[in-house]
Amino acid sequence: MALDDRKSDFTFVGTRPNRPDGLDKVTGRAKFGADAYAPGMLHGAILRSPHAHARIVKIDASKAEAHKDVKAVVTRADFADVPFKPGLEGEFYNVLENVMAGEKALYDGHAVAAVAATSALAARDALKLIEVEYEVLPHVTDVDKAMAPDAPVIREGAADYSVPEGMHPNVVRYHESGHGDLEAGFAEADLIIEDSFVTEATHQGYIEPHACLAILGNDGKGELWCTTQGHWIAQKTCAALLGIETSQLRVTASEIGGGFGGKTTVFIEPVALALSRKANRPVKLVMTRSEVFRATGPTSSASMDVKIGMKKDGTISAAQGIFRLQGGAFPGAPGDMTAMCAFAPYNLTNVKQIGYDVMANRPKQAAYRAPGAPMGAFAVESVIDELCNKLGLDPVEVRLKNAAHEGTKASYGPTYERIGLVETLEAAKAHPHYSAPLKPGQGRGISCGFWFNHGGETSVSLALSEDGSAQVMVGTPDIGGSRASMALMAAEVLGIPYENIRVTIADTATLGYNDVSHGSRVTYASGLATIKAARHAVEKLCERAAAKWGIPVDAVKWENGCAVPSGPNAGDFDPMPLADITADMGRTGGPISGHFEATPEGAGVSFGTHIVDAEVDPETGKTSVTRYTVIQDAGKAIHPTYVEGQYQGGAAQGIGWALNEEYIYGEDGRLQNSIFLDYRIPVASDLPMIDTVIVEVPNPGHPFGVRGVGETGIVPPLAAIANAVSNAAGVRMKRLPMSPPRILAALKDNG
Amino acid sequence: MDYHSPASFAEASALAANATGITRFLAGGTDVLVQLRSELVTPDTLIDIKKINGVRDITRNADGSWTLGIAATGAEMSEHPELGRDWPGVVEAMDLIGSTQVQGRATPTGNLCNGSPAADSVPAMVAAGVTVTVTGRDGTREVAVEDIPTGPGKTSLAKGELISAVNIPARGENGGDAYLRFIPRTEMDIAVVGVGVNLRLDGDTITEARVSLGAVAPTVLLVEDCAKAIIGSTLDDASMEALAAAASAACNPIDDKRGTIAFRTEVAGVLAKRAAKIAYARAKGEDA
Repeated sequence: MALDDRKSDFTFVGTRPNRPDGLDKVTGRAKFGADAYAPGMLHGAILRSPHAHARIVKIDASKAEAHKDVKAVVTRADFADVPFKPGLEGEFYNVLENVMAGEKALYDGHAVAAVAATSALAARDALKLIEVEYEVLPHVTDVDKAMAPDAPVIREGAADYSVPEGMHPNVVRYHESGHGDLEAGFAEADLIIEDSFVTEATHQGYIEPHACLAILGNDGKGELWCTTQGHWIAQKTCAALLGIETSQLRVTASEIGGGFGGKTTVFIEPVALALSRKANRPVKLVMTRSEVFRATGPTSSASMDVKIGMKKDGTISAAQGIFRLQGGAFPGAPGDMTAMCAFAPYNLTNVKQIGYDVMANRPKQAAYRAPGAPMGAFAVESVIDELCNKLGLDPVEVRLKNAAHEGTKASYGPTYERIGLVETLEAAKAHPHYSAPLKPGQGRGISCGFWFNHGGETSVSLALSEDGSAQVMVGTPDIGGSRASMALMAAEVLGIPYENIRVTIADTATLGYNDVSHGSRVTYASGLATIKAARHAVEKLCERAAAKWGIPVDAVKWENGCAVPSGPNAGDFDPMPLADITADMGRTGGPISGHFEATPEGAGVSFGTHIVDAEVDPETGKTSVTRYTVIQDAGKAIHPTYVEGQYQGGAAQGIGWALNEEYIYGEDGRLQNSIFLDYRIPVASDLPMIDTVIVEVPNPGHPFGVRGVGETGIVPPLAAIANAVSNAAGVRMKRLPMSPPRILAALKDNG
Repeated sequence: MDYHSPASFAEASALAANATGITRFLAGGTDVLVQLRSELVTPDTLIDIKKINGVRDITRNADGSWTLGIAATGAEMSEHPELGRDWPGVVEAMDLIGSTQVQGRATPTGNLCNGSPAADSVPAMVAAGVTVTVTGRDGTREVAVEDIPTGPGKTSLAKGELISAVNIPARGENGGDAYLRFIPRTEMDIAVVGVGVNLRLDGDTITEARVSLGAVAPTVLLVEDCAKAIIGSTLDDASMEALAAAASAACNPIDDKRGTIAFRTEVAGVLAKRAAKIAYARAKGEDA
């Protein structure tokens, strides 16, 4: 993607029209996962393990099968025999093992059988007729305990080549990177702080539970409607797990009521398909909230040690981190991501990071917004804050002094292209929030954050109609207003109004492959593909105009929605509007469409800086976040309102993670708080107005300069809030969530 | 599951007395229906008592006391023009429960009969000296609110008995009440600690007091030592400290997902002081 075709002045991009799906959503017309129905439809329900770790000795479903309302019962035997492969190479095996237990139930809530019956109530009641004999095994849910020599082994042989010899079999991947000479770096430091930090697992907390409607015949042809961030991965995975051809399964993504990474894989979809195949009827499956908490993918819990050396002038002379991430009973915890992101904002001479992927008896972790990065930032930015406090240095100045910039060799290896961290820090320093006085009992916290961003496989198709309107088919489910952004980018290229463009999330049968809506990639990659597809259509529009005028095609250019002669020598013709060309396109060469398929590689890394004020009640340990400002580089904000929405959303979820959200396991290894009453997500009144500043340092890898904005916004909050709370309370908080009992206990310990 | 909607409390009592298995009375349903849907409690018999005449009434009696029908909701209590002037603590406690939607259905009677030690309206009612009328096969009896719960999810009501009215005493002169709870959030949560305080003044001196604690023991507690700590005082610092100490001493909490023993014990004292200050100011006729 060359720099020289990048626009800097825009007509539509940067405006704030209403999103095309807005009316549907506020009127209830939008169809979400649970809103699909089919003639003869059955209702499914899933039987789940009450044990954290148990061998499944026997499943007797005969009573359920004999019940008049029950049309099918499935267990693991009803799925394809995906061959065992250890580690992430065997991800299909891991997903199969997760959606339906094989020899062992690996966590509280693990699916062991499922039924389809004539009503949802009958299905639920039929579960009670299935008799499962378990041999309960020792369990472990804590990451440090899972690595200890005496920990129960969750699965032998799951570790890959990267794990050093002698480690417990629950450690399944190892990452190490960095550069420089740590020893020499620490020797140069005037102050070294080394400390340990812990974060609990949190759930994405999307409001819409997983839901699907599945139809699969004995001929191997199927239809699946589901709430997902990526229907092609659902298609590919379900086809593998059911042993059918990928192309024979057509998957349609419903409107999605939140995903945040948690809907990038499948949980109930293969089960509904297996039930449908067995019953030969459509089957609908809808999770309860409790099932969502127990059996979908929360993020990892983490245990971390960070050591940083700083000179008196604020220069970081050396930094090292060890990050242990627990990702449930399967490989996949993003210990490598945590390690790679932890020091990424800084220009460091001596740095080393180690990440561990550790299994425990918990649900298989799934992505959650910049997976792995927020925990590492919490540990690293807390130590930097403490160094600033001890050395009497300004936390923004210290970060500016050490900030990575274009040409910096990143802590994880590559050399940065044009990046915007310094600009976010300068904006923080200049922001009125940073200089506003604090009241007694309040503290202020700063943190930076980094995320890679992602490109991914992308296909877009654009078709023009005779009346001059356009339809755009993209394959990335709209999780943040992306249809509006696509329409704005298409409008910019075509030169027709935003309102004349309809953007549809195409199903798997009507468009080429698309990677999931994850990695902050949609506005970047689907946006790039939309621009390229629109340009492809514009080429054809110019050809038609050239033919009508009888001049060469290279004598025609596209301007403000019209074909015009490219210069005075090309001829004297009036501008020919798009609708004049499409009006008779059937007779001038046929329908005009544009297409683009690629795996764009220039996503452009992203940085943000957050400023938080918090107030702690010294008598109860209760925290109020009194002021919050998010500053982040968007490259170019296509639809600024939805960019701000992403910033605010990241901060809101970060406030929950920092203060009250956590997975709480009992001694028996069962999840104690699988409802929203006890899994304490913030409510609206818990949040201050979250101010936003959009910094725009264009990404050279996108025609309009876009950098993804969806994930970076959740990286700084844990650290920024912890720094604010620690400064308010006068005691360093090293464990999340900073719930009132923990803060009160820390205040007492501190005298 | 059998569903009944009797026309009188006597009929409801007879239905319950003759029912087998698990019986639940349905008023607002904000606990019963949730427990049913989540399969915690699946009743064999469901007796809907909100169709009995007069159960939504909120009545001020000639002597200044109040009678609430068993289906009077939190929203109706909050919007009543007089009730909250007499008993702001009772009304505010009920108003803390759930969302706006839940407020339109939830009742203090249901909150009491659910038997949760963390029920917000209960400490406020105990502090206020509220009683309930209980209808059974042998007629009715009047029972103090604090004598209804016997443990988490359990009540002293016998088979065939149900609450048929809530009786709030006359406010009288120079009195004030308040209820505070601790939650980690700002709303839509369940009490980690709850404290109800009701007191009466003669001049600046407290002459009567009732202090009740929620979520710190298997049942809501009426703590006489807390009352003693402030009766005869002007709520000076020493009596406040004695109040806090008595509240903390009365706690017999558990460690669970909602809070720790140490936290609940400490915060009970903190909230007792804060609630007492509000009740005191209200008794003085000040805004609080």
